[in-house]
Amino acid sequence: MGMTMSQKILAAHAGLDEVKAGQLIEAKLDLVLGNDVTTPVAINVFEQNGATKVFDNTKIAMIMDHFTPNKDIKAATLVKQTRDFANKYDIKNYRDVGEMGIEHALLPEMGLVGPGCLCIGADSHTCTYGALGAFSTGVGSTDMCAGMISGKAWFKVPSAIKFNLVGKPQGFVSGKDVILHIIGKIGVDGALYKSMEFTGEGVKHLNIDDRLCIANMAIEAGAKNGIFPVDEITREYCDGRYQGTPVAYEADEDAVYDEEYTIDLSELRPTVSFPHLPENTRTIDEIGETEVKIDQVVIGSCTNGRISDLRAAANVLKGKKLANGVRCIVIPGTQKIWKQAMHEGLFDIFIDAGAVVSTPTCGPCLGGHMGILAAGERAVSTTNRNFVGRMGHVDSEVYLASPAVAAASAVTGYITNPEKV
Amino acid sequence: MENAKGRVHKFGDNVDTDVIIPARYLNTASHKELAAHCMEDIDKEFVNKVQEGDIMVATKNFGCGSSREHAPIAIKASGVSCVIASSFARIFYRNAINIGLPIIECPEAAENISEGDIVAIDFNTGVITDETTGKTFQGEPFPEFIQNIIQKGGLINSIK
Repeated sequence: MGMTMSQKILAAHAGLDEVKAGQLIEAKLDLVLGNDVTTPVAINVFEQNGATKVFDNTKIAMIMDHFTPNKDIKAATLVKQTRDFANKYDIKNYRDVGEMGIEHALLPEMGLVGPGCLCIGADSHTCTYGALGAFSTGVGSTDMCAGMISGKAWFKVPSAIKFNLVGKPQGFVSGKDVILHIIGKIGVDGALYKSMEFTGEGVKHLNIDDRLCIANMAIEAGAKNGIFPVDEITREYCDGRYQGTPVAYEADEDAVYDEEYTIDLSELRPTVSFPHLPENTRTIDEIGETEVKIDQVVIGSCTNGRISDLRAAANVLKGKKLANGVRCIVIPGTQKIWKQAMHEGLFDIFIDAGAVVSTPTCGPCLGGHMGILAAGERAVSTTNRNFVGRMGHVDSEVYLASPAVAAASAVTGYITNPEKV
Repeated sequence: MENAKGRVHKFGDNVDTDVIIPARYLNTASHKELAAHCMEDIDKEFVNKVQEGDIMVATKNFGCGSSREHAPIAIKASGVSCVIASSFARIFYRNAINIGLPIIECPEAAENISEGDIVAIDFNTGVITDETTGKTFQGEPFPEFIQNIIQKGGLINSIK
């Protein structure tokens, strides 16, 4: 029986010729990731268990991105604990303020992940790197700790759902709209325990940032991982950047999938997820022009904080002003993206419109800091979750959308179709 | 594994880790502090009601969202002895095993057990008994591989 792309990567890292869905395997890891929220818990487990060394100090990344620049004394203490550990064990890829970025924007940029690699991260959006043809998945802190010690992790080999992408996205439709559409179709547990494998001729119309955004939100459908085939666009991005040896795995022609969907990208419309689940989607055409009044817009995160996202927002905001009473917070994903956006003049557009530009941080996405909502407030956000209380008070609301829709909404003060701004 | 018995706190579909332990409390790794805010954004009174040994019952996709291990830690540290659900989000499932919070999948039990019922779980057989209604349900016992992790006292001990 043929294997899916995800199964092939797992088999290769487990030293097996073949694996089957449901099989329990132990596989070698190419990278173990943690952040300032999850790493301290892993360090506590590490120390409580008397561990004294890590498997490979070049294959562990600790990225201080959630509550940084340190939002309060407790957060500062967690970062200090991590920094001390990183110094003690000479962790090469520890990144703090000044060198850090939002982890899932930063790791691909640093070349720490690439085609064919196997990565676990103590952050649910670790599935992002599937965009580059990697098998990567989120785990908890104890798994992170075990990975740091042994360089291995156990996996239950997932079955897969195949998404055959055809056609070319039109107008303002971006990777975000593709993944929100898919989550709206299959639900927040539609791919529970499974791989989401994206394939088809439509893939070539999605740039690397679109793919990173789509793979990033595979977890919002419950998936173990999301993965794209390796093509010219992947190679162009990874050449000279990826520090490992890229291996392009392909699904077997007779690979078995639990389900198959065909998604015509040319038919998709800008899509918004209403509170309080990512599956509550509506197309922009199904939302009244003054139906949803908003207080805040966030453009950034591991989902949409990349340069294409900032360009898309700037394209809509150019020469315009924010609506009265609307706050717009723009958060470039990494220092490099920040600098590039600055050089491209995007900051002039944002600031002239009345938006603010923040240093990279996960901040408001998870209700950490830098843009918390009060009771009754509503935000349009390019982030990935709109659960109850996600960005602040339990009586606040988050609407998930693309950078173009978020920017258009900032201009009018209501959820707005960017075609109409 | 020790069996569990206690009073039920019932929840619905898609209980996410943001409501189990809101991110505003993730600036600590203290189990006690996390437990003090367990379920705060879905049931403010939970921490006042929960008793040692109580059981949490929910329907599909329990623990979806963030990978924060603080979520099963908060539940365990609040005194809950087992979570029964129709299905679990996969990272939560792993985390619960890794930190030693007993969980069991059983859609029939999740649908039929009510708030306040007294429920007993036999982890060796997977049998769940609702002592209030007298109904029994067959849950999915852990595969041997996972039982082995639990028997060795968690993931870290199992790789030593």
